[in-house]
Amino acid sequence: MSLLDKHKKIETNATLLLVLSLLVVSVGGIVEIAPLFYLENTIEEVEGVRPYSPLELEGREVYIREGCYVCHSQMIRPMRDEVERYGHYSLAAESMYDHPFQWGSKRTGPDLARVGGRYSDEWHVDHMTDPQSVVPESVMPKYGFLSDSMLDGKYIGELMATHRMVGVPYTDEMIAEAKADFKNQADPDSDWDDLVERYPNAQVRNFDGQDGISEMDALIAYLQMLGTLVDFSTFTPDASR
Amino acid sequence: MNDDKFEKDFETTGHSWDGIEEYNKPLPRWWVWVFYLTIIWAIGYSIAYPAWPMLQRATPGLLAFSTRAEVAAEIAAVDEANAAINAQLVATELTEISANVELNTYAANAGRAVFLTWCAQCHGSGAAGAKGYPNLLDDDWLWGGDIQAVHESVSYGIRNEQSDMARWSEMPAFGEILEATEIDQVVNYVMSLSGDPKDASLVDAGAVVFADNCSACHADDATGDRFQGAPNLKDAIWLFGGDFDTLKATVTDSRFGVMPAWEGRLSQAEIRAVSAYVHQLGGGE
Repeated sequence: MSLLDKHKKIETNATLLLVLSLLVVSVGGIVEIAPLFYLENTIEEVEGVRPYSPLELEGREVYIREGCYVCHSQMIRPMRDEVERYGHYSLAAESMYDHPFQWGSKRTGPDLARVGGRYSDEWHVDHMTDPQSVVPESVMPKYGFLSDSMLDGKYIGELMATHRMVGVPYTDEMIAEAKADFKNQADPDSDWDDLVERYPNAQVRNFDGQDGISEMDALIAYLQMLGTLVDFSTFTPDASR
Repeated sequence: MNDDKFEKDFETTGHSWDGIEEYNKPLPRWWVWVFYLTIIWAIGYSIAYPAWPMLQRATPGLLAFSTRAEVAAEIAAVDEANAAINAQLVATELTEISANVELNTYAANAGRAVFLTWCAQCHGSGAAGAKGYPNLLDDDWLWGGDIQAVHESVSYGIRNEQSDMARWSEMPAFGEILEATEIDQVVNYVMSLSGDPKDASLVDAGAVVFADNCSACHADDATGDRFQGAPNLKDAIWLFGGDFDTLKATVTDSRFGVMPAWEGRLSQAEIRAVSAYVHQLGGGE
């Protein structure tokens, strides 16, 4: 009696059928997914990528809350038209500290993976308050209320601790100083040297131009750092990946 | 009964469950062969293209295909195709570009592509600008409208921290310098230069305030100073608005329009192309 003739035993035993089906499906999953975690092709180490600073992280929360990802992707594909328009194609490492990632799946608005530094803070405030005032053909809704929603960073340490649980390498020091860093990044008159040491290339400005820290500050701080961490004048990605 | 007929026409698989039998109706042969072909195709594909995960790397495939190499090659091909004319564009004096028809056509079209990608978000896709973002179609220029001036503005930007060469000037916030009544006076004076003031009785007093505080940058006759990017206040063209409330806000808190530096981000040929494009939009000097 060959192996194939035993299928009667499987087909008449529902639990056995279920277990064996699961095993068969798992093979597909393991072969396709597991290698991504160890292959050199898929794990590219890139200099400059760091975890988000507290203010940027809060801005990212606003970005997610407002559903920006529904219309904006953060994923420049390796195609000439995209590279010419948005800049260097995205690297996996650039979203390694994103939980969840913001690659998105649809572009009603432009890709934002390298929007950092592309526009002035004032432009972002104008554009967020009334998108059509600067881009008449835009269909983006108004987000001016972000300027009125003030933040005190009360739970920013807890938020960072949560991100640490899923693998972002925030140190105890970063979490202990989270509240101070949160406030200092939006205040150029503060003592922000330690902040920039902890988060290299962090930009310290009063992003929305008004007193206090609003959600607008946080969101613009986040947008202005997107795609700016990797220095492509010194880093050349391996072409064979 | 019909049952007999079915039993005669079709063979069964031999399975019998509680007296219910299963017909053996194989798939069409053409379908089965297509299925076998896809398996063969998949084997060939996995040999030709990157596919199988090994211990450290995936198999690269005989064709050595890579999306990264492909996009680099595509960009290099376009760069190479445009290399000659880009080199010519960089080598030609800015003022001489318009004299060469072929070069000018290329610069205007390439410049338009650059403009729509990088400049349109502030200056508008038609270059008409918006509140706080200058209109590039008219002949009113803050920092100069000949092609060298446009080229300098594009290259280094305005009031940014990216470039040491950025054009820089900063109007003081007169809310901390002048009395509220003096601000009302000078706003009325400025309004009177190109239209009707809100309160004509304050204009004369405003002229004095202007002469004492504003004329150093905006010139005695209020025609502005391009060296400092100080706007001409006599024309009826306003960057932020010419009504009383807007002007009062401008004088009280000042304005600080920023433009990024494009040198380093765009190539010299692209900067020259977009300068030529903007210069030709209608207001170029």
